[in-house]
Amino acid sequence: MKRILVSIKRVVDYNVRIRVKPDGTGVITDGVKMSVNPFDEIALEEALRIKEKGLAEEVVAVSIGPVDCQQQLRTALAMGADRAVHIQTDTAIDPGSAAKLMLKVIEREQPMLAILGKQAIDDDCNQTGQMLAALWGRPQATFASKVEIHGETAQVTREVDAGLEVLEVDLPAVITTDLRLNEPRYVKLPDIMKAKKKPLDTIDPATLGVSPTERLKAVKFDPPSQRSKGVMVKDVGELFTALRGKGLV
Amino acid sequence: MSKILIVAEHQSGKLNPATAKCVQCASQIQGAEIHVVVFAADPVAIANAAAQIAGVTEVITVANAAHEHPLAACIAPQMAELARGYTHVFGPSTTFGKDLMPRVAALLDAPQASDIMAVESATRFRRPIYAGNAIITVEVAAGTTLVATVRTASFDAAPAAATAAKISIASPTAAIPAHTRFVSVSAARSDRPDLQTAKKVVSGGRALGSADNFKILYQLADRMGAAVGASRAAVDAGYAPNDMQVGQTGKIIAPELYIAFGISGAIQHLTGIKDARTIVAINKDAEAPIFEVADYGLVGDLFEVVPAFEKLVAGQ
Repeated sequence: MKRILVSIKRVVDYNVRIRVKPDGTGVITDGVKMSVNPFDEIALEEALRIKEKGLAEEVVAVSIGPVDCQQQLRTALAMGADRAVHIQTDTAIDPGSAAKLMLKVIEREQPMLAILGKQAIDDDCNQTGQMLAALWGRPQATFASKVEIHGETAQVTREVDAGLEVLEVDLPAVITTDLRLNEPRYVKLPDIMKAKKKPLDTIDPATLGVSPTERLKAVKFDPPSQRSKGVMVKDVGELFTALRGKGLV
Repeated sequence: MSKILIVAEHQSGKLNPATAKCVQCASQIQGAEIHVVVFAADPVAIANAAAQIAGVTEVITVANAAHEHPLAACIAPQMAELARGYTHVFGPSTTFGKDLMPRVAALLDAPQASDIMAVESATRFRRPIYAGNAIITVEVAAGTTLVATVRTASFDAAPAAATAAKISIASPTAAIPAHTRFVSVSAARSDRPDLQTAKKVVSGGRALGSADNFKILYQLADRMGAAVGASRAAVDAGYAPNDMQVGQTGKIIAPELYIAFGISGAIQHLTGIKDARTIVAINKDAEAPIFEVADYGLVGDLFEVVPAFEKLVAGQ
């Protein structure tokens, strides 16, 4: 069966104003809204579009984390994923562990594509997709802004510093999504109801033979440095004079 | 003793300034021995340039037609092979480095610290999370090989060396896969300064209203010798190409002067400009968040301000 795996991470919602705890031990997440990582929503949307074009038969959403992740997996099912897999762990995991766990799922599911968000908006690591591709021994097409499947290959347009790069990769492959790849669909109430009947399987990392680890430990959290207060100028002339005084124009 | 391998980034036979920034970052690890590796079809000119960076003691070259275009799947296995024995493996936090380094890390079974902005010791670094709304200090156990990408806006370029480093040739045997092929890349604009490294940048937001209207910024930029940037909203709307995007998921820059026209100042944009020396903001909305970080703010219509400002610049 032509299957696409999509990873779904539960993160603090994009709109929440992040605050560091005064004791520097973390960021405040109590009572804060949690959502599917925006790049992962884009990944799921792309998988659904590929399926709707008739190029895949099943979309499987995978999430790693505590039991609360199931809320985000239910959202993924409501968006249109066929099945969900929850690798349940309360331990903090790093991208390397996430990649190893995803690889185990890939070995079971044998997908044609694994689509991941390019980075999670909480840790901003931008590593998991690339690590997964390396461990799987397959191509990676990161920061994708366009994906075209042609039988056994895919042409992926990537957003790079120089502009747009196009790569051709043999399937199966890993793709990571950039913001302009697509605009994810909204979830409709009937789909939320339907999603309750879709399969959601829970797996213990131990049965996959992977012990989640975190080799890079965060030992301190600080707020960002603040810039000193600036001034408002009343017109262009005043602005020009100020900049000229600093030798900037 | 730390031994650091840095992968050089290069385009069209020229060394990318990001490489010297990676060297500067590596130099902050006490007593580190720093090597640079160049993967290219023809690495000679690039290696000569890398050998001129102060702090580098050896430049290793890998000449292979397969490396004509930098493909992570092709470079990573060879880089992982050469990286054995090093304590740290660094690359720039550019799309090249971000694509490549995690693949190298996985092949080495090493952890990676992304976007290092400060070095505290050989095992302790600071990096941004939550779009720069929090800065974490991360630590790795002594004896663990660490892969990292270096946030180039956080470091000056290492200066020129008094004497050139030695250049050596390596022939890694790791197989280069055939499953990934380069098709094309859009030509970079070469007439204006490069946005990533320009000293002056003028930037436009969605308020510009059209791709055509961006011409007033290109004109101002040419008058000033500046590069031109854009907010994500402007790029999403099709007013500017993606390589002009400044912000969390675009370019992180640190110019001497950054002038933002019609940019409201979303957190994700500010994270891309917070290291600019002087920030100027022009916006019709006095409440725009960008005014909280601007050194100089002017509430006004950019369509009046831009030509008026250009006139003053031209008049000198």
